[in-house]
Amino acid sequence: MPAITLTRLAEILARHQDDVLRDWTTQQLKSATRRSDLLNESDLRENSRQFLAAFTAALQRAKGDDITGSDWADVREILTSISGSRATRGFTPSETAMFVFSLKEPVFDRLRHEIKDVQPLAEEIWGTTTILDKLGLLTTEVYQRARESVIKRQQEDLIELSTPVVKLWDGILAVPLIGTLDSARTQVVMENLLQQIVDTGSGLAIIDITGVPTVDTLVAQHLLKTVAAARLMGADCIISGVRPQIAQTIVHLGVNLGDVITKPTLALALALAFKRTGVVVSRNAALTAQV
Amino acid sequence: MTAVLKDEAAPIRSEEDVVRVRQRVRQAALELKFSLVEQTKIVTAASELARNTLVHGGGGTMRIERLSDGSRQGLRLTFDDQGPGIADLALAMQDGYTTGHGLGLGLSGSKRLMSDFTIESRLGQGTCVTVTRWR
Amino acid sequence: MDRIPILKMGEFLLVTIQVDMHDRLAMTLQDDLMEAIRARAARGVLIDISALEIVDSFIGRMLGNIAAMSRVLDAETVVTGMRPAVAITLVELGMSLPGVRTALDVEKGMELIRTSTRLLEGDDRRAQG
Repeated sequence: MPAITLTRLAEILARHQDDVLRDWTTQQLKSATRRSDLLNESDLRENSRQFLAAFTAALQRAKGDDITGSDWADVREILTSISGSRATRGFTPSETAMFVFSLKEPVFDRLRHEIKDVQPLAEEIWGTTTILDKLGLLTTEVYQRARESVIKRQQEDLIELSTPVVKLWDGILAVPLIGTLDSARTQVVMENLLQQIVDTGSGLAIIDITGVPTVDTLVAQHLLKTVAAARLMGADCIISGVRPQIAQTIVHLGVNLGDVITKPTLALALALAFKRTGVVVSRNAALTAQV
Repeated sequence: MTAVLKDEAAPIRSEEDVVRVRQRVRQAALELKFSLVEQTKIVTAASELARNTLVHGGGGTMRIERLSDGSRQGLRLTFDDQGPGIADLALAMQDGYTTGHGLGLGLSGSKRLMSDFTIESRLGQGTCVTVTRWR
Repeated sequence: MDRIPILKMGEFLLVTIQVDMHDRLAMTLQDDLMEAIRARAARGVLIDISALEIVDSFIGRMLGNIAAMSRVLDAETVVTGMRPAVAITLVELGMSLPGVRTALDVEKGMELIRTSTRLLEGDDRRAQG
């Protein structure tokens, strides 16, 4: 593949930046993917002005088309910010990428004006299209990551809501874990439990995994780390609802439960917790006779 | 590619400097909006490494860098000394191994607390430990 | 701050660590505590770390030393009020603080010491009688 030449592009853009900007903006405003409902004209002009200025400056500095280098840091920052803002407004990733790709036409027009020989013109057009493609694709990557972090935050909120820490009795807390556990979710739940231990002054916490179908090494390790942390703080944990399949998995994974107490059911765990805290439960004979 | 957005250095020449290191690292972690647990891990790792620099390295410097890698942000700490260096790196990285009176968890522990960890050391020339935590 | 104050509460000594200690201050605390235990014939030492945002291996070792040394002087030590973030970090760091007993707060710490000394003395009495 021929090496990318961008030297003439750099020089031509530097000389004709205002003209190119005007043509580009006009074209964007006329385009079908304009989305005037999401972005007003002055913001579009400002985005374009900023990007073109940074792009032109970077071309003067850059020695090649490696957009990951420090010469392109300003351009990347501007694109990241534009991409992020458009994502928040509701633009699709393609629409945002089009912002960069649409610069090709006005630039090619300008190149055709300035370069009369076919061979050099072809090389500069190739160089331009290569670099703008890379920058356009960058916006989609940024978009993906922004969406992923929104989803992650929403997941965390859901986790907090769906795995409440409940107080079973004075000094006894319980966390019923439901569904498939992943590393991130387990961490959030565990941090929440430890904070509740402090806030309520509860010395015992029952972690019930009856509703958990499978446990992998990472999750098992998180559970053990939580128990260790609770002990360091001065509380203790009982893991309840360990089904035979999970017991098998734990043994196969080679996870060492050490001296962590486990009980097959939440009820048995509660009974143990009562015993440890000196609570006695008795049945009132008179009441049961009436039933 | 990673861009360095901010760069500051601090001396590690005394025990008071180690306290100052903790405070500055805490401040940097706060600015980057790390969660409380992450902040605690970062500052603890910094405390371990700063103490190593002082006690084993005869004093040195710490550098705090704020990194940006596309859309994620990170905090990079570099601990540098011109001390005697570490003879056996593999041994030094084992839990419990110590040439002083410590618990021997400084290097191996810091590695667990941070996302990235690199160490360079030459006998008679000094040691350089770089740790990074990404958000 | 020059020294960390040690309060006397009946047969207990209470230390509340509220500053980010430099290593020298930690060593001074260790010495002061041992002297105080001896001087007051204290049965229990409560070290409240609820204000500590960081516990690194140096402080961890200090706590372990205090627990061990006070035991030699016939006193029980309990560390109270450890923050969740600190506990999580200690676990990740690999520190289990062996020989250091902990409680959620000072009151529970005192209760813990009273119960354990009661048990020990109960054993002594049974052995003698």
